[in-house]
Amino acid sequence: MSDTKAGASSADETRGARVDDDTPLSPDEDARPDTSVDISVDAVTDLPKGKMLEVDDVTLRFGGVTALDGVSFHINTGEILGLIGPNGAGKTTCFNVMTGVYQPTSGDVKFMGEALGKRKKFQITKLGIARTFQNIRLFHNMTALENVLVGADAHHSTGMGSALLRLPKHHSEEREGMDRAYELLKFMGLEKRADELARNLPYGDQRRLEIARALATNPKLLCLDEPAAGFNPAEKARLMELIRSIRDQGYTVLLIEHDMKLVMGVTDRIVVLEFGKKIAEGVPAEIQDNPAVIAAYLGVDEDAS
Amino acid sequence: MNAVRNFLHGVGDRFRALPRWAKIVLAIAAAVFVYLLPIINPPLITTTDSDFGAVLFLCALYALVAIGLNIVIGYAGLLDLGYIGFFAIGAFTVGILGSAHGNIPLLLCIPIAMAVTLFSGIVLGAPTLRVRGDYLAIVTLGFGEIVRLVLVNADGLTGGSRGISNIPTPPSLDLFGVPHLVWDGFVAKVDLSNQTRFIQFSVTDSIPYYWLALTLVFIVLFLDWRMQNSRVGRAWEATREDEDAAELMGVPTFRFKLLAFATGAAIGGLSGALFATKQQFINPDNFTILYSVLFVAMVVVGGQGNRWGVILAAALLTWAPEKFRFLSDARFLLFGLVLMALAIFRPQGLLPPRRSVRAKRADEETEVLEEGAAHV
Amino acid sequence: MDLLLNNFWELTITGLAYGAIYALIALGYTLVYGVLRLINFAHSEVFMYGGFAAVWVLTAIGATKATGLGTAGFLVVAFATAMAMSALVALVLEFVAYRPLRKRNSPPLIALISAIGASYTLSEAMGLRDKPFKWFGKDQDLVRYVGRPREASPFPLNIEVKRLFYVFDYHVSNIDLIVLGAAIIMMIGLDQFVSRSRLGRGIRAVAQDPESAALMGVNRDRVIRLTFVLGGAMAGAAAVMYLLKVGQIRYNSGFILGVKAFTAAVLGGIGNLRGALLGGFILGVAENYGQAVFGGEWKDVVAFTLLVVILLFRPTGLLGESLGKARA
Ligand SMILES: Nc1ncnc2c1ncn2[C@@H]1O[C@H](COP(=O)(O)OP(=O)(O)O)[C@@H](O)[C@H]1O
Ligand SMILES: [Mg+2]
Repeated sequence: MSDTKAGASSADETRGARVDDDTPLSPDEDARPDTSVDISVDAVTDLPKGKMLEVDDVTLRFGGVTALDGVSFHINTGEILGLIGPNGAGKTTCFNVMTGVYQPTSGDVKFMGEALGKRKKFQITKLGIARTFQNIRLFHNMTALENVLVGADAHHSTGMGSALLRLPKHHSEEREGMDRAYELLKFMGLEKRADELARNLPYGDQRRLEIARALATNPKLLCLDEPAAGFNPAEKARLMELIRSIRDQGYTVLLIEHDMKLVMGVTDRIVVLEFGKKIAEGVPAEIQDNPAVIAAYLGVDEDAS
Repeated sequence: MNAVRNFLHGVGDRFRALPRWAKIVLAIAAAVFVYLLPIINPPLITTTDSDFGAVLFLCALYALVAIGLNIVIGYAGLLDLGYIGFFAIGAFTVGILGSAHGNIPLLLCIPIAMAVTLFSGIVLGAPTLRVRGDYLAIVTLGFGEIVRLVLVNADGLTGGSRGISNIPTPPSLDLFGVPHLVWDGFVAKVDLSNQTRFIQFSVTDSIPYYWLALTLVFIVLFLDWRMQNSRVGRAWEATREDEDAAELMGVPTFRFKLLAFATGAAIGGLSGALFATKQQFINPDNFTILYSVLFVAMVVVGGQGNRWGVILAAALLTWAPEKFRFLSDARFLLFGLVLMALAIFRPQGLLPPRRSVRAKRADEETEVLEEGAAHV
Repeated sequence: MDLLLNNFWELTITGLAYGAIYALIALGYTLVYGVLRLINFAHSEVFMYGGFAAVWVLTAIGATKATGLGTAGFLVVAFATAMAMSALVALVLEFVAYRPLRKRNSPPLIALISAIGASYTLSEAMGLRDKPFKWFGKDQDLVRYVGRPREASPFPLNIEVKRLFYVFDYHVSNIDLIVLGAAIIMMIGLDQFVSRSRLGRGIRAVAQDPESAALMGVNRDRVIRLTFVLGGAMAGAAAVMYLLKVGQIRYNSGFILGVKAFTAAVLGGIGNLRGALLGGFILGVAENYGQAVFGGEWKDVVAFTLLVVILLFRPTGLLGESLGKARA
């Protein structure tokens, strides 16, 4: 697939044939991520150091349930921040507030010094926050390539006029999108899967495709919601490697992970939530020894078993 | 049914595999054949009980409608049950400006009609596209009915239930006559006494209108293809797949839904205008809500999202009742049954978009693999 | 405007009577929507079949003119027949048009298509009901039932309109009273059933959280059947009231009424039973006022415009909770 020249039509033609002539469904044919691919974007790598995102005293209630209770923390440019906590602690809810899915009951979220306010979800994405989902939410009946293209379209502006008249903007954006998409698929080790439907990908590939799709939006901050859920320990370790190399290419990452040990290895700092409250924050070594955190996790383990 | 579908997809595959020049030649040959259909009057296909040219005009007209509604339902996933409302607004705009209250030539009326329907699409869509998908169906249904009631009641403007007559025709340019073929069994003869003037628009001959409609179908199809194969088409598809996820990936879903809705409305308006100039007389009875359902049926039967599928369905659903006149009483009963049966047995339609076919094939393969694994 | 002010009480009370009909039909939409998240588009036909059943049975037993107790007896027969017929049609509808889809987890759009298909099938079948009898040459024998299937069938029972008492300046009639009274009895009955009985609790459980309800041992299929039966019975009762008010029914009478009843359900907050009642009464009265202001021919336009406006400003209705909460 060196065919990165413009036009979804050319992709269309190659697509039809694929299903018949290879057997893409065996999950063991494991294409390795190629982390040597340069996926950095100037707009992301040239950011000033300092606080990128600040969650400021955010409270969110659902009827009687207080999902977030006066939570404050910040993310520095260029770091990997771990957000951990037992199930139901409010981690996903925190993502939802940061990405505009929910409006906080009180408090606010500042991104690059500006309050998100009542911005819509897609506007926040365009500002530079992209995310994945705890339960995979790909566009299942679109190909892997198309999924990533939708992400890349976040920074495109072709509308009906340019599309109908095939103005130069359409062609240049299609080309840029294709290039970016293939770059990311290669980075994630999904290049061979480009023309398969998302829902036919093996589970692990779907998880990585979600990350590729989010990266395609050129996010300043990449939020990953339990990206290694359902992986075995070896797969988890490999994914953590991958996340680290994403950061090394200049992205800032916020990582939700249930498994505390795993997070210790990759993150620069960690924030711990329990019952919607922040109970600890610090570098991994501090968190490891924090009695409140240990108690929270022990309590959960008892419940879970 | 599967055999037919596979055949059609097979034809599509073969066609795509041909060299470029062959594609062009074949496409032109097919187009010429379609244009000449009412002249050739092919046996078996031609209708004996009603004027074949008029039937073909309706087929092309409804194909246009189906292409427009397919953008709304098939691409953007919005169930619009009030499409007849836009069709009616298009027709009455032409009637009002061209005959009842003005004298504007048709070629000017048509773009105005499209602009008016585009605008009404935006006015209706802007508040309602934010609500849940299934509410939209009911709101649009209500809209279609409001349009009809307004047409009936605003007699000052629309002539009320008397309607509007003397709607202008397109300008004619009478160049030459085209003799029809008549068939004696399977032997064709040229019938010099029966000629269609190229190109003279009149009540007596529907064929020039068919040509006009067909030309519009081709133009709209081309634009439709360009839209679908672009950022716009991808945004629609993503929105239909998972609206929240699309929005979180930076797709302004509301804007794109509105775009689909308004574009569909404008094409509905164009179709209505075409209908008005062909009929030269319209009244509110031409625009009952039954037609909305007929249009939806075309899109669903054809396979939401596949432009060729919906064209095929539009032509079939228009032609079949004319061909088999004895069934025409039961037409809507049959529609109802077909819709139900389709929803239950073939929710993807007769000729689903390539994508669902691929997905299905892949699913079958997975099943085979899994079964294989289970046996080991 | 003068018309509205001069006839305020008449418009209000007749509006309430129509509102009661909308409300009873709306209950069916809201019940089904509550448990299935499906707009049962064919519910209008459930209503229509009930109405025809009442007409036929009263024709068959020769109920034309009666007084006092006789009238009451015939009315009971009419209500019982219509409610039974509508419940039956609703049950068949669920079985044929919706259950197969549920088993396949079809997307909502497809379910709605099936519902529309069912609606057309049912209404056209009524509109073509002479055909099968014609084939067998029996249509003349049954002409009272199947003759002129596209025309309106009159309600055979002729109740003399009596003016009973005044509400301010409006002289309330016996028909108004029967319609309103019957509606209120039905509504109270349904409300009590759903909030008190074990089966009713099942409905509420499934509506709130189908998965937990299943875990708690609620049989979802049974609950769904029950909601169709209850909704159908209410629609059947509404059909008799409609016959009392309007005097006739046609194969396509359900359509407009159905859309309006759905409007009422949305207005009150779909999924919420008391909301459907409130919505029905408000719609009936609003439509009557609108008719007085703009003229009778604009009555339906007023109702539909109301629907659009409601969805605009309060998509979850008057008593509805927010349905549209995003999940991510
Ligand atoms: N849409 C919602 N409505 C009501 N409660 C919710 C909603 N979303 C989350 N919650 C509640 O908020 C709490 C935090 O959930 P969540 O953020 O998903 O936890 P986790 O840390 O496991 O991601 C839970 O108690 C959950 O039940
Ligand atoms: Mg979570």
